[in-house]
Amino acid sequence: MIADVLVVGAGQAGLQLVSSLREGGFSGSVTLVGEEPLPPYQRPPLTKAYLAGQVNENSLFMQEDDFFANHLIRFRSGVKVTSIDRRHRRISLSDGSVLDYGRLVLATGARNRALPQHLGAPMGLLSIRTLSDAQVLRRRMGPDRRLAVIGAGFLGLEAAVIASAAGCAVEVIEIGSHALGRAVSPQLSELFSRYHRSLGIRFRFHTMVESIRRHADESWTLTFDAGADVVVDDILVAIGVTPNTDLAEQAGLDVADGIIVDEWLRTSDPDIYAIGDCSAFPHQADGNRLVRLESVQNAVDQARAVAAHILGNAVRYDEVPLFWSNQAGLRLQIAGVARPTDAAVVRGAPADNSCSVFRFRDDRLVAVESVNRPGDHMQARRLLKAGAPLTPAQAADPGFDLKSLYAPTPVAG
Amino acid sequence: MNLVVDQSVCIGAGLCVLSCAEIFDQRESDGIVTLLRAQVPDELSDSVIGAVRRCPSGAIRIEQPEAVSK
Repeated sequence: MIADVLVVGAGQAGLQLVSSLREGGFSGSVTLVGEEPLPPYQRPPLTKAYLAGQVNENSLFMQEDDFFANHLIRFRSGVKVTSIDRRHRRISLSDGSVLDYGRLVLATGARNRALPQHLGAPMGLLSIRTLSDAQVLRRRMGPDRRLAVIGAGFLGLEAAVIASAAGCAVEVIEIGSHALGRAVSPQLSELFSRYHRSLGIRFRFHTMVESIRRHADESWTLTFDAGADVVVDDILVAIGVTPNTDLAEQAGLDVADGIIVDEWLRTSDPDIYAIGDCSAFPHQADGNRLVRLESVQNAVDQARAVAAHILGNAVRYDEVPLFWSNQAGLRLQIAGVARPTDAAVVRGAPADNSCSVFRFRDDRLVAVESVNRPGDHMQARRLLKAGAPLTPAQAADPGFDLKSLYAPTPVAG
Repeated sequence: MNLVVDQSVCIGAGLCVLSCAEIFDQRESDGIVTLLRAQVPDELSDSVIGAVRRCPSGAIRIEQPEAVSK
């Protein structure tokens, strides 16, 4: 069996790639291989509307049942790719079969990081990455339940807010000094933890978990380095992800934190691409430093770029990175990628949960984080795309019209 | 088929416009979804369903009037 294009990983990036190939008129054979026994589904709602019980499973699937048949795409689910033989352009699958490829696209995503070794790997800890993880967590939430969330990142906080609204007593334990650590400015970090505390969520910062013990009644005791301990019914571990690079590594491709690709998203083997959460690509807006991003926008836009490359209409990958999170009454939108050392200029009113933080590196705009200010976010996307020369003083001046810095062309996508 | 959008959760990803530019648009000022028309003609229903299914923020919903009245 040969696939002209073979895609490993049936998440957001993998599905977008096969869709874009067909939309672009690709007439060769296309195969999509997914490890989970399910058709491609959306992950963002797993810590948002789905976890909150506002939508059902069916709404998570990104395509109708007949999509693959209608587009002549071979979809193989519930099977794992075990190795890549680059010399013979062939992959082996966990069911013993092999598939030959013309071009191979790795969209293998990421997996949740496990707790540090000294805590062991106790059975029954909760995690959130897949639909079945979300189903378990959803069943465990409710009034009079006590939930500890380890990790104050996006997923941890999104889950904490929903568990709290469902009646759980929620405690968030974070080893760092503040919420959303490296992802946002100190100003927004402060806004989020203040807001979440007002919902009744408790935070313990600078806190390391020293031990986890399970009791006969299935409750848990967590002890901390600071000495105190806490008893809860469930523990959600949300301490970030590790890119799935094992296959690429075994195949001898260049790997760092992610599978290293060039500006066309090709790995060190020009017939193999890597896209989405597993891909480390040269970020043009940051002097071609390699970055690895975990977002829907990055997965979708990289998939579209590779489809275009395969179809012969390639453009260098250079999209403005976008991220978002919805947490109760806070709609966060981020354009660009900041580092913790970048300057932060606030526009708007953090106390009213409506502001944008403009991040500058050497007086050059690199990212904008907006809470409940979608207008600022859209302007930020245009400013970053155009490389417009906004100064920190202009960003801080509420009377300054951001629109005056770029040509009024709409941005789609 | 009838469409309803929730502008309070939309994050301006623009995937709906990519799926079906005949029906969806983004506001010039803030990128939030707007409908060019709420009533979807049959020939566009596949791409509109694709847009609804791929909207990452869950801001678009299809309303089936007959299902509601039952």
